[in-house]
Amino acid sequence: MTRLSTLKKVVAGMVLATGASVAFSANAAEINIYSDRQAFLLKPILDAFTKETGIKVKVVFAKKGIIQRLKSEGKNSPADLLLTSNVSNLNRAVDAGVTQAVNDSVINANVPAQYRDPDGHWFGLTTRARIIYASKDRIEPGSVTRYEDLAKPEFEGRVCTRKGDHTYNIALIGSMIAAHGEAEAKAWLEGVKNNLARKPQGNDRAQVKAVKEGVCDIAVGNSYYYGKMLNNEEQRAWAESVNLIYPNQDDRGTHVNISGMTMTKSAPHRDSAIKLMRFLTEDTAQRIYAEQNFEFPVKPGVTQNKLIEGWGQFKADQVSLAEVDKHRKRAAMMVNEVGYNQ
Amino acid sequence: MNFQPQLSDKNKKSFLKALFSDRTPAPPGTGYWQWTVWAIAAIVLLPVLSVIWLSMFPEENIWPHLFDTVLPDYVKTTLLLMLGVGGLSALTGVSTAWVTTMYDFPGRRIFEWALLLPFAVPAYVIAYVYTDMLEYSGWLQGGLRELFGWQTARDYWFPEIRSLGGAVLMMGLVLYPYVFMMVRATFIEQSASLRDAARTLGCTQRQVFWRISLPTARPALAVGLALVLMEALNDFGTVDYFAVRTLTAGIYDVWMNMGNIGGAAQLASVMMLFILALIGMERFSRRRQKQFSRGDRFKAFNRQKLTGKKAFFSWLICFIPLLLGFIVPVLSLSRHAMVYFDVSWTPEFFSMSWNSFMLSASAAFGTVLLGLVLAYGKRLVNRKSVQRAVAVSGLGYAMPGAVLAVGVIIPLAAFDNSIDALFESWFGVSTGLLLSGTLFAVIFAYMVRFLAVSAGSIESSLEKVTPSMDMAARSMGYSTLETLLKVHVPIIKPGVLTAALVVFVDCMKELPATLVLRPFDFDTLATHVYQFASDELLEESALSALVIVLVGIIPVILLSRSIIASRNEKREASAE
Repeated sequence: MTRLSTLKKVVAGMVLATGASVAFSANAAEINIYSDRQAFLLKPILDAFTKETGIKVKVVFAKKGIIQRLKSEGKNSPADLLLTSNVSNLNRAVDAGVTQAVNDSVINANVPAQYRDPDGHWFGLTTRARIIYASKDRIEPGSVTRYEDLAKPEFEGRVCTRKGDHTYNIALIGSMIAAHGEAEAKAWLEGVKNNLARKPQGNDRAQVKAVKEGVCDIAVGNSYYYGKMLNNEEQRAWAESVNLIYPNQDDRGTHVNISGMTMTKSAPHRDSAIKLMRFLTEDTAQRIYAEQNFEFPVKPGVTQNKLIEGWGQFKADQVSLAEVDKHRKRAAMMVNEVGYNQ
Repeated sequence: MNFQPQLSDKNKKSFLKALFSDRTPAPPGTGYWQWTVWAIAAIVLLPVLSVIWLSMFPEENIWPHLFDTVLPDYVKTTLLLMLGVGGLSALTGVSTAWVTTMYDFPGRRIFEWALLLPFAVPAYVIAYVYTDMLEYSGWLQGGLRELFGWQTARDYWFPEIRSLGGAVLMMGLVLYPYVFMMVRATFIEQSASLRDAARTLGCTQRQVFWRISLPTARPALAVGLALVLMEALNDFGTVDYFAVRTLTAGIYDVWMNMGNIGGAAQLASVMMLFILALIGMERFSRRRQKQFSRGDRFKAFNRQKLTGKKAFFSWLICFIPLLLGFIVPVLSLSRHAMVYFDVSWTPEFFSMSWNSFMLSASAAFGTVLLGLVLAYGKRLVNRKSVQRAVAVSGLGYAMPGAVLAVGVIIPLAAFDNSIDALFESWFGVSTGLLLSGTLFAVIFAYMVRFLAVSAGSIESSLEKVTPSMDMAARSMGYSTLETLLKVHVPIIKPGVLTAALVVFVDCMKELPATLVLRPFDFDTLATHVYQFASDELLEESALSALVIVLVGIIPVILLSRSIIASRNEKREASAE
């Protein structure tokens, strides 16, 4: 029975530790973040902030259920900010009633109007384009220039994407609905589905890998993956096997999405949190986003990553993200209706 | 009752009666056990009830859309997955349990515990490892291409690992130990005299297996399989990675994309009811069976010694699952861990390992304690309400982790906020959140989730202790609590330790609930692995994945030693 009594000690220790962590939870010089972006992506930026201001930043990272946690915790929630990788998550938080508006001249000056909530509930921090990766060997330059081309019959069995119900694809489909209306968007999605080389699987990077491997010739993915792949010894060959295509440059422009932030309704450290929100939109943080994650800084005029700069300037779709996100649910249903993932 | 055409009228009545009647009074002197069981059941049911409560308020009715589109496919895939994983686990688990119990062959003593090892490998990790190896760019296909001069994927056919079959194989490889563990314990504890009698009546060894051993092991097989099937059903990591569309994937689609958590909760609740019905039917079908064994159950039996081809074949039966489920993934992880050693070997690495260990040990202790109380309470109080309370207290296992986590947040936060409101109005001070966002929340979630595992395994051990033990102990003046601690616990120690082991390892691997419920800046090995695995960069956290597996081995070895030791003690005692 000696093993059991060791366990008892362990449990007693746990209980004490829990009590202690509760007792010290209300510290003024700190900010608490809930995030659906991986903590290691945020770390360099948050470290820079702490170094500059002395304010500590603590993070919980989770992709599912974090908004429900905020909602249940209510006015006593310790979280000050919510950071997410997609506009739809920002809107869901707003819909759940767990956010508050922030009207700060610095932040408003740094974030262009189309990338923030008209009511001031959320702000974009970086943008990323949903682009087409086409095989250098097998796709004639100029034969794919628009999202609409993905549905062309000539590409039957040659297209790879990740699953249709992933938020990135849901947003892209939402932008198609915004541009063409439901019926046409659905016909397009059906066309893309018919062109798929395999059942949708893996992440964006895995699609480019599939092009390199000859499974397909055209892939859809977010722009920053190109930089990440070039920076990875093993994956460089994948990136080098494709041409980047920013779709729809001659008409409405390429679909972009944002990663962003919103202040929680309960925010116990409001002043510190605003400092961090400003910091995230300023040059230092924006540059780190660009350099380490290969995202596009949302603040105009911030120097871009040298790799990103090489990709050239592109025209982004000017439709508001709020408008695109209105079609989220319809897009999700459409994915099921055309059996995209089957 | 059209959906149960196989039930006759008489059976129908007793089925309903079993469900709804409760006329038996509690035996004298067991009142507080009854209340304790009810109280525990009520508390651990809170998260499940919260999910059911959420399901009452869907954003809109999802069913017409789902029925018209993906639901038939989800259901078909889910059933096939359960059938495949269940079949593979039963086959592997029972055959390995049988040969390691009945025969002696080279390596048997090692296989006895080593066959549990694959259990320590999280399903999403093994899926990742095999994909890395078997996909187009893996070394296997690369080698074949070089050998035969193929240029692209279009030149040849190769089985696709990212498929339903692949998911069945991956999950079967790491889940069969549930069956192995439960069934083997029964094979060992089964009365040897039964088998001896069968042999003297002219049965061959094979007939003994089919007519005596397997039927008597059925309750254990059912418990093991139920655990396997619930794990398979709730798995998200593997099916997501393999793009296999199960109901769990559908739940997350409704929740995240259609923004309809109520609809997701409905799907989860229906799935839970389905499992409940399965378990209920299995129990109902053997409601008249009861087995106890007398003192001779630990009588040492002579294992048949195998040589030559037969020995090799038995060795192979045991070695293949061990090779595929443990050796291959560990070697592959080790290789990655070495390459990325410098990035992984950080101070955080130690604190993460410690966190995982502490959480899992605490949860294992608590879960086993509750399981013991529930199983014993059920034994003492022969009332339908108590039996049912024990049965439903395991429901947390039948829900996807992230959904259950939301169910945990709701009552905890409600509790915190009401205490806060109370203190605010009485004393003007805010207590903030006392339980939400603390380790308590995480441990509570683990306990709710894995109570089914511990209660099931303890119950099946306790069931085999003859009631005359209780009668003897009570008539000699022991209280019910003393009987439990001084008579039952020593007898069922192997079962209790097994339960502790299983819960510990399960907690080490647990991911979705840990992610959402944890305190700020708190990482376990599993959450660390997920950060990278979710970006398909598992290699960079291979060291952590390896440690999850290796830490899982320590209790496997320690416990199987003490289980064997306690068994030997008893054998000696009964031989005297």
